Amino acid sequence: MVIEQQRADVFDGAALRADFPVFDRPHRSGKPLAFLDSAASAPKPRAVIDALSDAYGHHYANVHRGIYELSEDATARFEGARAAVARFIGAPSEREVVFVRNATEAINLVAYSWGRTNIRAGDLILSTEMEHHANLVPWQQLATETGATLEYVAITDDGRLDLDDLRRRLAREPKLLAINHVSNALGTINPVAEITQLAHDAGALVLLDAAQSVPHMPVSATELGIDFLALSGHKMLGPSGIGALWGRRALLEAMPPFMTGGSMISKVTLAGTTWAEVPLKFEAGTPAIAEAAGLAAAIGYLEGIGMAKVRAHERFLFERAWAALSDIGGVRLLGPASPDEHAAVISLVIDGIHPHDVATIFDGHGVAVRAGHHCAQPVMARYDLPATTRASFYVYNDLDDIERLTDAIHATQRLFGTA
Amino acid sequence: MDNLYRDFILEHYRDPHNKGVLDPHDLHFADSNPTCGDEMSMTLLLDGEKQRVADVAFDGRGCAISQASASILTDELRGMTLDELRALDPKEVIENLGVPIGPARLKCALLSYKVLQGAVIGAEARWPDEADVLAGGSAP
Repeated sequence: MVIEQQRADVFDGAALRADFPVFDRPHRSGKPLAFLDSAASAPKPRAVIDALSDAYGHHYANVHRGIYELSEDATARFEGARAAVARFIGAPSEREVVFVRNATEAINLVAYSWGRTNIRAGDLILSTEMEHHANLVPWQQLATETGATLEYVAITDDGRLDLDDLRRRLAREPKLLAINHVSNALGTINPVAEITQLAHDAGALVLLDAAQSVPHMPVSATELGIDFLALSGHKMLGPSGIGALWGRRALLEAMPPFMTGGSMISKVTLAGTTWAEVPLKFEAGTPAIAEAAGLAAAIGYLEGIGMAKVRAHERFLFERAWAALSDIGGVRLLGPASPDEHAAVISLVIDGIHPHDVATIFDGHGVAVRAGHHCAQPVMARYDLPATTRASFYVYNDLDDIERLTDAIHATQRLFGTA
Repeated sequence: MDNLYRDFILEHYRDPHNKGVLDPHDLHFADSNPTCGDEMSMTLLLDGEKQRVADVAFDGRGCAISQASASILTDELRGMTLDELRALDPKEVIENLGVPIGPARLKCALLSYKVLQGAVIGAEARWPDEADVLAGGSAP
């Protein structure tokens, strides 16, 4: 493959790699790292690593507590990070942003707090066949405990949500639709605004698992019209251990606490306790203070590029990768072919070679991909696959990485004699 | 890493020994690799005294490492007593495979061992401790 002149809306991913210290690390293959597993977790730019260090080194005290300068400083920075998240996801108010550990915890918070208050025996909850286990198992647990029914909207052979099946199931008036924005296993981008309109018309709330979309494209909770949004910091260049739940204020205010203890109270007596206001009501115990600073730095880094440019860059890489992979015999690609409906996450099957073998051999070529069920075993079952190999792209990837990927596939097929 | 995929591993993968299901059989167990979801089953036929393995077969789909490991392991089992099977050392299973197995692929290499232990011990059989197996082993 020839490296083409960069398009005007596409930036130089290779140049950005200088911002990420992990790319300086020698790989045992002796080759530079072609990192194609950002959908699992993304490397950190120096700005995020420095923000963590700076938070611990110069601004660290417990938040919302101390009547002294250092604690006021730490609190202001922590609340500033909350405002950065709100701005980044188009939330009307930072008071609707709850810091949690990750998207999984955000969804569990809603399933436990909203779910166990509002879901009764006989109620219907909708999820889909394309969800990550994080947006599936909490609803199974809720249905089991409450006697509610959990149903899954079907997906088509080319990995799109079956909107006719969605309409049929919405007609039975579910209380909630829990759906991902971008499928981590298929790369599918769901038409969330349209889906949300349909769900609201049927009286259902919409929880959006945005763990795979917020890092990669402009996302506005307000424009999408959704009711809850879950995200993970570690997939958007931020630290692990911090994520966020956004919810409409009226919903959050009506929900009971998820975890209880320190920080989240208004007044405690031995007879009983009243809760702090939203969002602190949902943040029991000392939060991830430095990680919040790191997440704010990650948002700053992404905003510095511009999310529209991030999306354009990844769309360009998706189109080139899809075309290059489609040309290789014995390789099957999952998910929709249209770049409008497919993020830069490509799940593929190499005939006759198990994805674990693929990933091990790729590693020998310095190409890091994910192999397995991607925490989405029902998706694998839907397509009768034990597992797939997944290549996912981010800001630091470029056309060279696509060439490394296709070269590694050819080498793997030669080794197994299936070329 | 390519030295993991030596010719004999790929030969066992393409043409595994003892592949299939024995019917009738005395012992049967199935399990999956939690990291990838690959499923494997094993059936064993015992001798007249129900003490020694007369025949064995494994079934399921999986990676080259898990399939070659099952192929090589099952080749060793005929004539062994149930007590000997229970006392099998997972380190020896890895050594018999004859290629370097690191932590990322250990469960692939030990899936057949885990299924065999399930067949002779029962569902309470556990995965061996990875640190124990890799200690002094042939990890790259």
